[in-house]
Amino acid sequence: MTLILGVLEEGLIYAVMALGVYITYKILDFPDLSVDSTFPMGAALTASALLAGMDPVLTLILSFAAGAAAGCVTGLIHVKLKVRDLLSGIIVMTGLYSVNLRLAGGRANVPVFNQDTIFENPFLADVIPALLSPYLMVLILFLIILICKVLLDLYLNTRSGYLLRAVGDNEALVTSLAKDKGMVKILGLAIANGFSALAGSIYCQHKGFFEISVGTGTIVIGLASVIIGIQLLCPENGVSLPSRLGLPQVRPTTAVIAGSVVYKACISLAISMGMEANDLKLITSILFLIILVVSTERRKKVKGLA
Amino acid sequence: MLRLNDINKYYNAGTVNEMCLFEDFNLSIENGQFVSVVGSNGSGKTSMLNIICGSIPLDSGTIYIGSENITHMPEFKRLRRIGRVYQNPAMGTCPHMTILENMALADNKGKPFNLRRGTDKRKVDGYREALKTLGLGLEDKLHVKVGVLSGGQRQAMALLMSTMTPIEFLILDEHTAALDPKTAEIIMELTDQIVKSKRLTTIMVTHNLRYAVDYGDRLLMMHQGQAVIDKSGEEKASMKIEDLLERFNTISIECGN
Repeated sequence: MTLILGVLEEGLIYAVMALGVYITYKILDFPDLSVDSTFPMGAALTASALLAGMDPVLTLILSFAAGAAAGCVTGLIHVKLKVRDLLSGIIVMTGLYSVNLRLAGGRANVPVFNQDTIFENPFLADVIPALLSPYLMVLILFLIILICKVLLDLYLNTRSGYLLRAVGDNEALVTSLAKDKGMVKILGLAIANGFSALAGSIYCQHKGFFEISVGTGTIVIGLASVIIGIQLLCPENGVSLPSRLGLPQVRPTTAVIAGSVVYKACISLAISMGMEANDLKLITSILFLIILVVSTERRKKVKGLA
Repeated sequence: MLRLNDINKYYNAGTVNEMCLFEDFNLSIENGQFVSVVGSNGSGKTSMLNIICGSIPLDSGTIYIGSENITHMPEFKRLRRIGRVYQNPAMGTCPHMTILENMALADNKGKPFNLRRGTDKRKVDGYREALKTLGLGLEDKLHVKVGVLSGGQRQAMALLMSTMTPIEFLILDEHTAALDPKTAEIIMELTDQIVKSKRLTTIMVTHNLRYAVDYGDRLLMMHQGQAVIDKSGEEKASMKIEDLLERFNTISIECGN
C-alpha cells in the first residue's frame, strides 16, 4: 500500500512537469531541455520562500511565474537570437544551475522539514480527519493536477490556444494569420516551464528539502511520460486502448498524467526487483530507450533533433 | 495599387556562385487586377511573390501598397492584408486540427487571439455553408482532422481559409500544380469565383499556360528577372497558348537548351 501511494505521489508530482513537456514536445515540436533546470528552480525558490515564511500556496504561484520567465528566456534566445532550439535549452539549463544555487542561498542542499507546506500546515491538521491522513498527500496532489489539467485543456481551446497548436503544426499558417510565430513559441515555452517549476515547488514541499541535482534527467522523465501516455491511451494512428475496451476517448493531457504514473511504477518495480537507488539514472535511460524503440516516435524524433 | 520599384536581388552575393535574380525590376499592379504569371524555372516568379510578401529580404528597392512603404515591414504584418495559397496543399492548413478548428483559426485573422473560446458556436453554421460551396462534402466532416484529407480537399480549404477574412491581395503560388487535372480544374474555377466575388487584387503564378490565358485580365511572362511579356485588357484577351509557347521556345533557344 505504501508502495502504491509512493508511486502515485511521485507520478502525480512529475505529471505536472510532464504537462509542460507535452506542450513543448507534442504541441510545439520543440525539444526543450530547459525543464531540467526550471524544475530545480521551482524547488530552490520554494525552499528559500518557505524559510522566509512565505505562504506555501503562494510559493506555487511564485514558482510558476519564475519558471515561465525562464521559459521566455529560452524562447527569446531561440527566436530573437536565432539559436537552434536544442542549444537554446542547453544554454538556459546550464546558466540556471548557478542561478538556482543563488536562489537557494548559495547552498546545494536546503532542508525545509520544519516549515509549513501545502501538505503539512495547521489548517489541514484541523480539517482533515486522522483516518484520511495517509492518503492526504495523494488527495492534495490529485487536486493540484486536476486543476492544472483542466486549466490547460481550457486554454488549448481558446483562440490563443488554437494559435499555439497551429504553430507546432504549421508555422506558415500562423504567419498567414498575420501573427508573429516567434511570440507564440515564446508563450508556449513560458507555460511549459511554468509547469515544470510548479512541479519542482511541489516536489520540494513533498520531500521536505531542496537539492541542486533534483533536476537531472527531468526532461527524460517528462518525455517518457508523454510518450507512454500518448502511445497507450490516445495514439495518433491505430486504435487506442480505451476505445478497444469500449471506454470514451481520453484527452492527451489525461494520457500524459497516466503516463507519468505508469512510468514511476516501472521505475519502482525495477528498484523493488533488486536494483539499487544508485542505478536509478541508468534504469531511467534504459527504460526511455525501450519506450522509444517500442513506440514509433524514434524516426520522427531523430529527424526532429537533427 | 501595389508597386515594386527598382528591385535588386542577388543570391549568394559576393561569392563565385553569385546569381543576379532581379536587376532594377519594376512592376505595378492596379487594384482589382488579376495577373497571371508564367515563366520557366528560375525566372523569378516565386521570388517575386516572396519579395511582395516579405518572405525573403531585398538587396535594394522599395515596395509600396498605395502610398504606404512596406519595404521593411515584417512578413507576418504584411500578410494582414494578403492571403496566400502555396503550391504544397499542406502549407495552408493545420493537419492535426479539425476542419472546424481550422476554419475558426482562419476566421480569426486580424482579430486578437485571446482567451475567448476558440470556436464560436454561433458561427459553425456559417462555416458549414462556406464549406458547402466547395462541393467536396467537407461540411459533413467538421470534426475530422485535416491531415486525413486529400491534397485537393486541403487545397480547397486553404483557398477558402485564406480568403475568409477581408484581404486586399491574393497571392497564388502555383496553387494547382500539385493536384490532379480534374481537381486542379475545380480549384481554378473556385479561385476565379472567389476573386470575382470579393474583387481581390490577385497575382497567380502558374505553369499551366491555359490557365494563364483563360483566367485573369493581365499576363506576365518572366525571364531572367524581367517581364518579357506584359499584356493586359484587349491584348491579353486575344492571347493564345501558341503565342506563349512560341515565346517559350525562343527563350529556350537563347539559353541554348
